[in-house]
Amino acid sequence: MLAFVLCGLVYVFVTADVQETNQVKDAEGQTHAVEEERQWEATEVETNLSLTDTPSDNEADHVQTCDRPPPPPAKDEIQEAAEEVRRDSLETNIVDVPSDKVDHVSDTKKTLDDPPPPPEKDRFQEELVIRPLHSGDTYASFQFRTLWDTDFFRGNKVLYYQLFPKSLGQVISKFSVSELHISFTQGYWRTMQWGQPFLPSPPGAELWEWCQDTVTDVDIAWKELTNVLSGIVCASLNFIDSTNTVQPSASFKPLGVGNGNAFSANAVLPREIVCTENLTPWKKLLPCGAKTGLAVLMNSEKVFHSSFYSQALHITPVCQDWQCKSTAWELKRTLNVVFDLHSSGQGKREWSLFKMFSRTLTEACPLRHCGEQFELSPATPLLSQAVVLGDRRTYSVYDLTNQATFGQMPAESGDMLRPLLHGERYVAGYGLPTGEIHTLVYNHHTYRAFPVLLLDTVPWYLRLYIHTLTTPAIYIHYQPSKDRLQPHLLEMLVQLPPNSVTEVTVQFERALLKWTEYTPDPNHGFYVGPLLAVPSVVAMDTNSTQERPLFSSFFPCKEESSYFMRVYTEPLLVNLPTPDFSMPYNVICLTCTVMAVGYGSLYNLLTHTFQVEEPGLRCVPLL
Amino acid sequence: MGLLSDPNRRRALTKLLTRLNAPICVMCYLAGVAWFMGLAFEPFTLRTYMSENAMGSTMVEERFPAGERALATGREFAAHKKKVGGMPVDWLVKTMQSRGLEVFTQSFTRKLPFPDENKERYMVRGTNVYGILRAPRAPRTEALVLSAPCSEGNNNNQAVGLLLGLAQYFRSQIHWAKDIIFLVNEHDLIGMQAWLEGYHHTNTTGGDWSPLQGRGGSIQAALSLELSSDVITSLDLVLEGLNGQLPNLDLANLFYAFCQKIGVLCTIQGKLQRNDWDTTSGYSHAAQTMMLMVLKQASGRPWGDHGLFLRYHIEAASIRGINSFRQYKTDTTTIGRLLEGMYRKLNNLLERLHQSYFFYLMPSLSRFVSIGYYMPAFGLLAVILLLRALDLWVQLGASPPGTEDGVAGGVQVSNGPSSPGVLSILTPVVISHMTGVALYTLPILSQEMAVQHFPVSETEAVVLTAIAIYTAGLALPHNTHRLLQGEGTEEGWRVLKLVALLYLAVLLGCTALINFSLGFILALSLVPIAAFITPHTPKALSAAIMVLLSPGCTLLYCVFVFQELQETPVSLQDGWMLFLSVISQGILDHALYGSLVYPLLALLIYPCWLLLWNILFWK
Repeated sequence: MLAFVLCGLVYVFVTADVQETNQVKDAEGQTHAVEEERQWEATEVETNLSLTDTPSDNEADHVQTCDRPPPPPAKDEIQEAAEEVRRDSLETNIVDVPSDKVDHVSDTKKTLDDPPPPPEKDRFQEELVIRPLHSGDTYASFQFRTLWDTDFFRGNKVLYYQLFPKSLGQVISKFSVSELHISFTQGYWRTMQWGQPFLPSPPGAELWEWCQDTVTDVDIAWKELTNVLSGIVCASLNFIDSTNTVQPSASFKPLGVGNGNAFSANAVLPREIVCTENLTPWKKLLPCGAKTGLAVLMNSEKVFHSSFYSQALHITPVCQDWQCKSTAWELKRTLNVVFDLHSSGQGKREWSLFKMFSRTLTEACPLRHCGEQFELSPATPLLSQAVVLGDRRTYSVYDLTNQATFGQMPAESGDMLRPLLHGERYVAGYGLPTGEIHTLVYNHHTYRAFPVLLLDTVPWYLRLYIHTLTTPAIYIHYQPSKDRLQPHLLEMLVQLPPNSVTEVTVQFERALLKWTEYTPDPNHGFYVGPLLAVPSVVAMDTNSTQERPLFSSFFPCKEESSYFMRVYTEPLLVNLPTPDFSMPYNVICLTCTVMAVGYGSLYNLLTHTFQVEEPGLRCVPLL
Repeated sequence: MGLLSDPNRRRALTKLLTRLNAPICVMCYLAGVAWFMGLAFEPFTLRTYMSENAMGSTMVEERFPAGERALATGREFAAHKKKVGGMPVDWLVKTMQSRGLEVFTQSFTRKLPFPDENKERYMVRGTNVYGILRAPRAPRTEALVLSAPCSEGNNNNQAVGLLLGLAQYFRSQIHWAKDIIFLVNEHDLIGMQAWLEGYHHTNTTGGDWSPLQGRGGSIQAALSLELSSDVITSLDLVLEGLNGQLPNLDLANLFYAFCQKIGVLCTIQGKLQRNDWDTTSGYSHAAQTMMLMVLKQASGRPWGDHGLFLRYHIEAASIRGINSFRQYKTDTTTIGRLLEGMYRKLNNLLERLHQSYFFYLMPSLSRFVSIGYYMPAFGLLAVILLLRALDLWVQLGASPPGTEDGVAGGVQVSNGPSSPGVLSILTPVVISHMTGVALYTLPILSQEMAVQHFPVSETEAVVLTAIAIYTAGLALPHNTHRLLQGEGTEEGWRVLKLVALLYLAVLLGCTALINFSLGFILALSLVPIAAFITPHTPKALSAAIMVLLSPGCTLLYCVFVFQELQETPVSLQDGWMLFLSVISQGILDHALYGSLVYPLLALLIYPCWLLLWNILFWK
């Protein structure tokens, strides 16, 4: 697989798009594209684009690369080339930021109001990675990263916000948040077909927070935070309460520089439906909105016509320099979409921005700092390297002015790295009294064992029989549930042997709810959140100064050989014993009441004789 | 008032009850039968209607175009099946994968307790192939199943072809909210059992199968498709599942609604609907349809591959294509459209099907009898047992002299016979149940011995052993009598009969709640003998009647009635052979799928009947 790295301007993608749509002979698209082309011919096109290839360092990939036109250079050369590219882009970046940007805005005929030039240290980057997946689907991953040079930890009052969204900034300062992660996902990431995602997230909504030790009442702060956030992101986060919040002891570690992280809380709402109403407020958090830049592509009609959709917000404190003398806030907004090949591409393994999003890139966000990433398949003379999830890939660099670059997608790009870990979960048994939760965690690595922490949160209405827990865990932390107050929390440290399946089972009993506790659709079933597996020890890299493609640093690791990936299993839908909330049910209740009253009086009538008590006689007990 | 506590009034009441007991019982019995027969009369039944809002009001379009291609796929499947001589696993996997499904296989082996002569199998080894169509943006929590069995010979090739055609078509549709599992199961019910137990990770019957690799969450509904010809005249809906369980009536309504919409002839129990309910033939048609349903339900066996889903609370039905000599033919595209429509509607479900009835009888596809209407028929029969028990109780209370007060007498009665005769009651109860246990266990255990000593096959050995033990039970009263201490008293048989009556009432009541048909048929034959048997009736006549109304003979009549209703009458000889095979099927159903009819009959109903037999021969 190949990747374009574009640092500079976006025009070239439009050109690429025009070509693709012409090939497709889509009448509508063609006219659209032709218009675009004309528009762009008018402006001065600057093409400073790099395109990268991604064969990983296993043999199969080398075989793959062999049938591409230019043979891949030897490893040393690759390294060198990569270094060059990186240096180049670094230089461009450093020079570009303040001066070039203004030029660029004037170039594009000032479609935007000129924003005030951001202060030196606030930065905004945007990136789009498009990766054709092994199954034929296309994975598009947007990332928008804002770096905000301010320090809440020392109690500074923030008076102005530049690129950082004010609503979030206020949330951070008010609730003394030191780290915040929200994800909204519609669908389940199919690891076996799609490989490892850049950023795993569970179906539904997930909220995960670290707050500073200055917070006095953690529960109230958490409650308020969820309510405020549910307003900001327009989601039902207000359903997060003590019954679905857990405070894992070991499974979650702060991803940023953690100074004074006192309290962490995690909650998953598997039932949350994600739709355009969540995308719109999310887009508003971008400095350029959805007007320019990559956000133009987020056409909700298309983005939600996909196999998988996930949007997330990550706020972490990061180091500004190598010594970590000063920290800054990093806000990552990611949006991951997988487009289905079968329903959209008519079985052809090709893609274009226009086909995927019904839009093309028109202009860059004038505030942004650096570029876009594409993964494509043609071979390339220039190469760079990046390590994502322990998978070292070599990216080739392309000059997109060269027209020959386009339109030569190989039919098969079969170098998907076999997913290392994936999980599976299901409810076993039948009948309503009891059941058994089975969780399988697969390790496909051929020789490496992973110590993994499994975090299992089970709602209280499934009463776990912990004595039936079968697990190869080395260490177990269990916090029992309290009815209507807190869920079961089960953390297990498990060693996953290479090439193995690890099974964890536990039996449960289904509780009878009070009749007001049933949801409006009780026969749909009740959700149980997914099991989460995280590697137990990973050295996180919290330094943001290192320049590299953004997608490679969703979870920045210090060493390339260590993996930080989270594996979520699917959520479960469990049926609880449900009364028939229909009219017959009401009738039965009513009838029973009438029967009870009627039977009592009838029985009395049948078994007792009534006599008029004569006064003055001895007192006879009534019954 | 004080109707019950006043001795005089109470005595008057009991006297009335005792005097009128026999006529009331006869009346109740006749009323029960009449009520039941009235259920098929159209004005007394309700018209079916869609209860589930999610399926009722939403409109779907059916556009499945590729019937011809599906048939071609079916022919290809047939060719591969013939070549491989069984399930063409590799071809199916490849075909499903090319249609964009996630494909998995499951292998299973099963050794039957004794050879199944109907289907000629003993050691069963097979593979299920299933492909999951993942719904876009769905978190794998809900699924629907469409299954087609891979049968021997040339059967069901079209069903598999249509299944693959639908899979391809569904893959290009965008509106799926639930995963759809396309399952091709080998060895019909055994494969289905293996797949379902694998899916739910249970093992109720001790089979051996490989675990499943892919799942789609909790299954909401399932349809099983059986098609053996390119064109059909009608579609038959099969509802009866394991242990007489039925799917939610909305599933039948859904099928009926789409048949009406698309214009396909649809039948239930193989019988078309008729409009002339006010004529005798119209009524008898409806009654026949309902009787067929009752007999099928009472048998407790799954009448299609769907039958095993019901245990897991998955609403399921089988749809069977029937090609008769009618002029009007329906092609595969139309059936595909029908199924597409049904799946689109099932896909719209927000909750499991739960709105409509789970307990019903259907005299035709558009009419149903709900539990509230048919239960009185059973209740009228069951009340006879209680009336007789009450009568006995009163008699027992009245017989000891010098008990003026009714309450005191009652207490004394309940203590009274226990002093001489706990053993005299316990002995027949225990011995009858021991016979029942023998009937339940010995046929399978002793098959090898029987095969060695008699010139019979294993299956025959099992069936004949069962019949032999059943008949041997008739000789028991003489043996139990030897165990008794002293003479059986008049009081003794009354207490025994009281116990037997109450026992039977509880048994039948519980059975009828779970499987009305079985309970009703058993009540129909057992209640008269239970009500009127005494040691003082003429022995020979009573014995003949009792044998004729015993559970075994009831089964024999049911076989003949069933054949008669299906319009395939059989001669006595064939009927007897059929009866033997029904017994072997019953035992197999219990061993393979966990059907409860055989243990119920052997362990509970038969001993109960033996108790009554004991009373007849009380000395």
